[in-house]
Amino acid sequence: MKPKTGDFNRAAASALADADVQRNMRGLYDGFHMARERAAEATPNWEDLRDRARAVKAHTIEYLDHYLGMAAENVERAGGKVFFAKDADEASRYILDLAAARGVKTVIKSKSMLSEEMGLNARLEEAGVEPVETDLGEYLIQLRGETPYHIVAPALHLSKEQVADLLQEEIGGPRYERAEDLTAAAREQLRGKFFEADMGITGANFLVAETGTLVLVTNEGNGRMCTSMPKVHVAIMGMEKVVPSMEDMGMFLRLLIRSATGQRLSSYVTLVNGVRRDDDVDGPEEFHLVVVDNGRSKMLADPALREALYCLRCGACLNACPVYRKVGGHSYGWVYSGPIGAVVSPMLTSLPDAKDLPYASSLCGACREVCPVRIDIPRMLLHMRSDLAEGGPHSGSPRASLAERLTMKAWRLAVARPWMLRLANRLARLAQRPLVKDGRLRKLPPPLSAWTRHRTFPAVASRPFRDRWRSELRKSRRDG
Amino acid sequence: MKASLFVTCVVDQFYPEVGESAVRVLRRLGVEVDFQEEQTCCGQPAFNSGFRSDAKPLAKRFLDTFESSESIVIPSGSCAAMVRVFYEELFHDEPDLAAKARNVAAKTFELTEFIVDALGITRLPESSGPPRRTRVTYHEGCHLRRELGVMTQPRALLEAAPGVELAPMRQADVCCGFGGAFAVKYPDISGGMLADKLRHVAETGADAVTACDSTCLMQIAGGMEKSGMTTRAVHVAQLLDEAMG
Repeated sequence: MKPKTGDFNRAAASALADADVQRNMRGLYDGFHMARERAAEATPNWEDLRDRARAVKAHTIEYLDHYLGMAAENVERAGGKVFFAKDADEASRYILDLAAARGVKTVIKSKSMLSEEMGLNARLEEAGVEPVETDLGEYLIQLRGETPYHIVAPALHLSKEQVADLLQEEIGGPRYERAEDLTAAAREQLRGKFFEADMGITGANFLVAETGTLVLVTNEGNGRMCTSMPKVHVAIMGMEKVVPSMEDMGMFLRLLIRSATGQRLSSYVTLVNGVRRDDDVDGPEEFHLVVVDNGRSKMLADPALREALYCLRCGACLNACPVYRKVGGHSYGWVYSGPIGAVVSPMLTSLPDAKDLPYASSLCGACREVCPVRIDIPRMLLHMRSDLAEGGPHSGSPRASLAERLTMKAWRLAVARPWMLRLANRLARLAQRPLVKDGRLRKLPPPLSAWTRHRTFPAVASRPFRDRWRSELRKSRRDG
Repeated sequence: MKASLFVTCVVDQFYPEVGESAVRVLRRLGVEVDFQEEQTCCGQPAFNSGFRSDAKPLAKRFLDTFESSESIVIPSGSCAAMVRVFYEELFHDEPDLAAKARNVAAKTFELTEFIVDALGITRLPESSGPPRRTRVTYHEGCHLRRELGVMTQPRALLEAAPGVELAPMRQADVCCGFGGAFAVKYPDISGGMLADKLRHVAETGADAVTACDSTCLMQIAGGMEKSGMTTRAVHVAQLLDEAMG
């Protein structure tokens, strides 16, 4: 999928100006975010669980080659095939070749962020294979030709009315008003596809190394049907998704599901072990696991960004993020959005092209506060900013504009020494004189004019604290 | 107990009255306050923008200025977080400076944290003047809460302050949208976040909104003036000063 990460400013401006988007986003805090808060509150030892999960992730990522090797061995032992793809293209080609070899016409898909990252649907269509998204939200955005708006709620930005219009236009028939009827209409469409499809493609929430078990978490049961109805099941997985043992799953499922939706358990948790065995009532004849790097090793190689690979893709950081709640998912210009997207998207595409993303944060830390594995996103954003501003392994040469560099130098000069600060104070007071009224600046000239669109600015004090200290405070001592 | 006040560049240049209040409050609580005149800025604007080489000389200046202080008190959660949390990261490849940063970090406090945790004070002396009643709502600064873990201390002091009634705010811990350079680089996103904050302030019906950071208050006060709200924006130091004065 071609990134549009360079378009953040324009996209954010249009999201801010869009009343529908703002209304649809407003419920996120009281909805998903508060549901997570209540679920965390109600779970005994929640904070210990987070610590333990983080430790397991850190350990697994540290020994990733070992655990991937173990996982591959166990998948193969259960009759599956494993392919390691270095990038999206290699992974897509493996799937296209397989589809061609098996004469596949229709593919049913369970929601996968990696599939979006690979642009897999477009590749399938080019090859004459019809991909059908079976998660309701993902189905809607497939119909609209969009990328997911949110990691767990891909169609978060659409109102019920927009969905009603969309479905009527795409599948004909009456215009339904109630959510239940809309769901039923989509379900009716999808049901036939489940029977028709020759291949099912799913993502992977986890892959248990010691057993080779694929774990899928869904609320609609569509994931389970994708793994059990077609003859061929292909699971695509980012290489960081492996976990050592089945014993860890209780902990990870509790954390993932509660962080994502506040549910104690999702409606479906599907565990898949290889191909259908003789005594199984259903299941695929073939199982393929495609393990994808696609830039993840860049994060693995940088100790400051490595923990981005601990991410469970629960979306809690999006719900908690006040910036995401204003600009929405599409402003981030690629597949991953919100705080974790601001780290992952530039790393999987290009940091210099996505240079606005690490700056699109007030560094408030709400993301880290809710992350089930305590990923320190603000710290990673700071690291990427330094890489951009001063040059580093991900940006090469410094990418700051001349204006930014000059502003920084001017500021540094002003605060370099106390006497320079005094001088800067005097100059600022001279400069502000025509603009100050009752101690405030209500309209600033460009480039600061945008600031005063939303807020007035205090005038620089005529007697800074340091002068007051010298003349009065130093002497007055304890009498207040 | 002795404390060196790091007043912050924002208070020094824009809100000197906050620094004056901090001095009076600390002195009334029996603290011997000094002000090292060599101080300027902690370097956070450069660090947060990614210009670490520009932040370093300021951080070094801070460490030199305050190395021999008994304790360092800062009326800002954000600047205190810069010193306490981020200096060590800034100097991660310079072991001598990192050690110095750790040493200084261990005795650096945000103002309310200093009063409650270091001085052990949660009861405040009665005001000598006529009793005043103010209904106040508290905005939680992001770095104060999430980098320093200071959540209960400011509320405890506000509850103990004579004449102050605390009105709880919805989403008190959600960012006001300032974020330093963020508000300059993305003024409209910041403005959207500010609008939410103002709505939550207004809902409380409080006479004043308070915080431990003058930068949050700069944003909130500026937004309130622009939108015609008459709620006062005052630093916690000023409220404590008024309550005890």
